[in-house]
Amino acid sequence: MTAETLIEVNDLNFSYGTRAILKGINMSMSRGQVVAIMGGSGSGKTTLLKLIGGTIQPTSGYVKFAGEVVHELNRDALFKLRRKMGMLFQFGALFTDLSVFDNVAFQMREHTNLPESMIRDLVLMKLHAVGLRGAHHLMPNELSGGMARRVALARSIALDPMLIMYDEPFTGLDPISLSVIGNLIRRLTDALGMTSIVVTHDVQESLKIVDYVYFIADGVIAAEGTPKEVRESAAPFVHQFVHGEEDGPVPFHYPAQTYKKDLNLEDTFA
Amino acid sequence: MPNRIVSSIQNIGHRVIESVWRLGVASRFFILVLLKSGTSLRRFNLVIRELYFTGVLSLIIIVVSGLFVGMVLGLQGYETLQKYGSESAVGTLVALSLVRELGPVVAALLFASRAGSAITAEIGLMKATEQLAAMGMMAVDPIARVVAPRFWAGVISMPFLAAIFSVMGVFGGYLVTVVFIGVDEGSYWSQMQSAVDFRFDILNGFIKSCFFGVAVTAIAVFEGYDAPPTAEGVSGATTRTVVTSSLVILGLDFILTAFMFRGVS
Ligand SMILES: Nc1ncnc2c1ncn2[C@@H]1O[C@H](COP(=O)(O)OP(=O)(O)O)[C@@H](O)[C@H]1O
Ligand SMILES: [Mg+2]
Repeated sequence: MTAETLIEVNDLNFSYGTRAILKGINMSMSRGQVVAIMGGSGSGKTTLLKLIGGTIQPTSGYVKFAGEVVHELNRDALFKLRRKMGMLFQFGALFTDLSVFDNVAFQMREHTNLPESMIRDLVLMKLHAVGLRGAHHLMPNELSGGMARRVALARSIALDPMLIMYDEPFTGLDPISLSVIGNLIRRLTDALGMTSIVVTHDVQESLKIVDYVYFIADGVIAAEGTPKEVRESAAPFVHQFVHGEEDGPVPFHYPAQTYKKDLNLEDTFA
Repeated sequence: MPNRIVSSIQNIGHRVIESVWRLGVASRFFILVLLKSGTSLRRFNLVIRELYFTGVLSLIIIVVSGLFVGMVLGLQGYETLQKYGSESAVGTLVALSLVRELGPVVAALLFASRAGSAITAEIGLMKATEQLAAMGMMAVDPIARVVAPRFWAGVISMPFLAAIFSVMGVFGGYLVTVVFIGVDEGSYWSQMQSAVDFRFDILNGFIKSCFFGVAVTAIAVFEGYDAPPTAEGVSGATTRTVVTSSLVILGLDFILTAFMFRGVS
């Protein structure tokens, strides 16, 4: 572990009941990096983010954030740690009863004693960074999907966190909003010197902006590497995923008895 | 055949265990809400905001229903009492029925369907759209920030709403019997005044409505917080809030009445 490492995931295991979701994950992320986590739906990506945020407990192994083992912290220490993390939920999860301005101001009001005039300036700066200063008076239901995602981004950088986790930030966006969000993630990470973890299915968009990629399949890291390595990889799983092929290591067919047997053909021709 | 019997017994047992378990979860949640109420008291403006949504927005249904219930009571009471020549006691009848029973009970039933269901739906939707999870990730406890203010706002609103319901009812009774039918105004008010006791009637009615307020809002916030995070989950929870609250209100009313008015004529 170098001094630059912000997050270390060590032999992490997690199960829902008896169903093992993650089986021995190892990862390491440095400050200033944008890291992508890819994998099919239900492969445990969101679960991994929750483990990093400490909202669920691992069965074994640990996540170390800024030198502290997340699941060993007590509630107060965990809440203190979470102030250094931001999380962007899939559809933004803006507070529907608060305006855009109040959403971004939420953490400042909850966690600091800043005077209202300074909060105002800070909120407008954060909104300016995502290009939505002019929308500060709108309510969340007046925003498009892409705008909501950007407001949520402004909200998650409100207290200048060290880490932001993005859970499928590109889902359901048009191509323009999609590259706007992609570029914002890269730019904010660089400008604020944070670390970003992007969970996504969007291979092409994310390969443009990230420094490193992890593929999760069947609860383990199936492959990892820089975008260049990933693009050139000959590993069948990575190849299938990156090029969106229908059949491969991830089969098209759900496991079943033989087709012949299902159609009752075997009896007739036996 | 024995298999069917065994499985139906298992089924019953399963349901009983399920309900008891859920009751336990609800009680634990209730205690958590109480323990985490500090924020609501320190930042009372959070509660005031919710008072508007639960209390003020319930006013119109309470006022209108109170008026009509009082008018019906006046009409029915007059019809019966005049047979015995004691129509001047109609004010007493209206006031006692309202203050002791109908005010707290009907206001609570209306409150459950107007405000209780809204609280459940709102909290349930916040959960389904990950707003509560997002709040947790921002190191803000959703029970302290979202649930507790709504709980206290409900608890505070309920007695006021019940009182307003009773006042409107007494006025409705007055309208029908005194203004329309022509019962003597003086006897309507004076009989009422001498028959309604502050300690036994008004205070007990007030205590009832406090119990109902706690019960209804506790059920509403629990169902919302516990709702499965899907559209069906939230709508099911909303229905359960209204059904459970109504049953609990009526059950509690019987118990409280048995304690309060035993041996009092
Ligand atoms: N609260 C839960 N209880 C039980 N199983 C869950 C729960 N949340 C998620 N799962 C299961 O865990 C697996 C991984 O989920 P998740 O991490 O959300 O996947 P994704 O990679 O799509 O984000 C899925 O199969 C899902 O069904
Ligand atoms: Mg997910």
